[in-house]
Amino acid sequence: MSEKAKLMQGNEACTMAAIAAGLEFYAGYPITPSTEIAEMCSEELPKVGGKFIQMEDEIGSISACIGASLTGAKAMTATSGPGFSLMQESIGYASLCEIPVVIIDVQRMGPSTGMPTSPAQGDLMQARWGTHGDHPIIALAPGNVKECYELTFRAFELSEKYRVPVVVLTDEVIGHMREKVVLPDPANYRMPLRAMPQSPAGYKPYAADPNGGVPLMAPFGTGYRWHCTGLFHDENGAPSSKPAVASTLLRRLNLKIENRVDELADYVAEGLEDCDLAVVSFGSSAMAALSAVRRSCGEGYKVGMLRLKTIWPFPSALIRRLLAPAKKILVPEMNLGQLAIEIERAAGCERPVIRLGKVNGDLFHPDEVFAAIKEAL
Amino acid sequence: MRVEFRLSGSGGQGLLLAGIVLAEAAIQDGKNAVQTQSYGPEARGGSSKAEVVISDGDIDYPKATAPDFLLALTTDAYRSYGLSMKKGIIITDSTVKLDPPAEVPVVALPILETASKKLGRAVVANMVAVGVLGGVSGVASPQALREAVLHRVPKGTEELNLAALEEGLALAAHAQADVRAAVQTDAAHS
Repeated sequence: MSEKAKLMQGNEACTMAAIAAGLEFYAGYPITPSTEIAEMCSEELPKVGGKFIQMEDEIGSISACIGASLTGAKAMTATSGPGFSLMQESIGYASLCEIPVVIIDVQRMGPSTGMPTSPAQGDLMQARWGTHGDHPIIALAPGNVKECYELTFRAFELSEKYRVPVVVLTDEVIGHMREKVVLPDPANYRMPLRAMPQSPAGYKPYAADPNGGVPLMAPFGTGYRWHCTGLFHDENGAPSSKPAVASTLLRRLNLKIENRVDELADYVAEGLEDCDLAVVSFGSSAMAALSAVRRSCGEGYKVGMLRLKTIWPFPSALIRRLLAPAKKILVPEMNLGQLAIEIERAAGCERPVIRLGKVNGDLFHPDEVFAAIKEAL
Repeated sequence: MRVEFRLSGSGGQGLLLAGIVLAEAAIQDGKNAVQTQSYGPEARGGSSKAEVVISDGDIDYPKATAPDFLLALTTDAYRSYGLSMKKGIIITDSTVKLDPPAEVPVVALPILETASKKLGRAVVANMVAVGVLGGVSGVASPQALREAVLHRVPKGTEELNLAALEEGLALAAHAQADVRAAVQTDAAHS
């Protein structure tokens, strides 16, 4: 065994990455299948001088994270679908006020309490549209334990850089699975840093290029005086209901992410250049899908695979380009077609998009995807 | 080489930890391993299942698709997972009722009794099972299994758990002839 090869759980990898990225504050309310993240943070954060708080509920949790982030601390919470629903109001606040925060959502079967210990991918649209109003958000979907580490680290980079909530969308299988992982050398990672103003003199907390600029963020308690509000606000942070101020702010917030869709896109493609059928998936469904795709290719079918690691912002133009050679598209996912809807929008007008939804609480078996591939061809 | 294990029984029997130890021992021996689980919402009782896939190469799908080894510590687990087995072997506790009979060879061993009577602690049945599975399958060396046990069990319980592992390895060594005979009979029938 090489020195750093470890048997590591997905939830553990998320936690380790967060701490490597400089996590200083965790507030959460434990919920299966995310609880290991809270447990580990309660053990590990005090060792590096961080704070762990078990809050009274999920909105309290994310609100505490937002408060910590306003003081300059890197903050994270973890939950599952039911708790993610309860956090949505404050996710909107973080989006509008441009407060970095990382949320790990280890998805389980829903709606409601659902099936607490069973995997699902039904929070794809909740991650995008769970809070009201047009708002920016980033969501990343790891496909294995190593990616839990890599994408949680990236979540902090993006959250700090663009001052936006970032959701790491895993599920019960990815979160609880243990795999052999060789952790990246911390020397190769640069700890993400927030852009801060140089001096309080003349500081305008929301002054930024209207075409998607990111304002400089002064930590509370460091001599800067500024107002943070969930009301629409001008560049001084003062509440405003002027139409021009509202429109400029909302457009800038969304352009902040939309303008960078290509830079944020992340995926793994295999055999798409010359395929009759492209299989598109993400997270744990993609493991069964890839197994089925490889078996199909072994049996002489021309099948390609696209696994998305960035879900939001949705890289529509890129996907249209990547899927151009495919005559048909198959989308296996553990919901009733939330990813398929987006694929139809991006690449569906020229070819059929077949939905393969699984919602019984079990992970796909490769045979099921293989059967769907054969039927489609 | 892809070897699949399914460890099944009742929640609280420690099968998840058994799966973790088996996977970690295989990694220790330079192999690839993935461990997954499924369990009910209960803290104790209910059904519990851990799966371990061990391979020399990459593992694209993490769950057991057709287990080579099924461990069933309860009659319920045997009925849930044993009767659908088309290949591989089933290792059950001696108390498990093999009714109806399975299509694949079954080796019954006193795993629970070894823990409760011989070691005096029913709770270490999971480490007896690790010894049995490691010994019968050969996916990890006894030394790697010992190291994995030491790494994963709670502080202060190392000796007891190591003793349980050794008992399991001994059960496996005794059962080896039965396992071979069972597998050969099965091969002759199929």
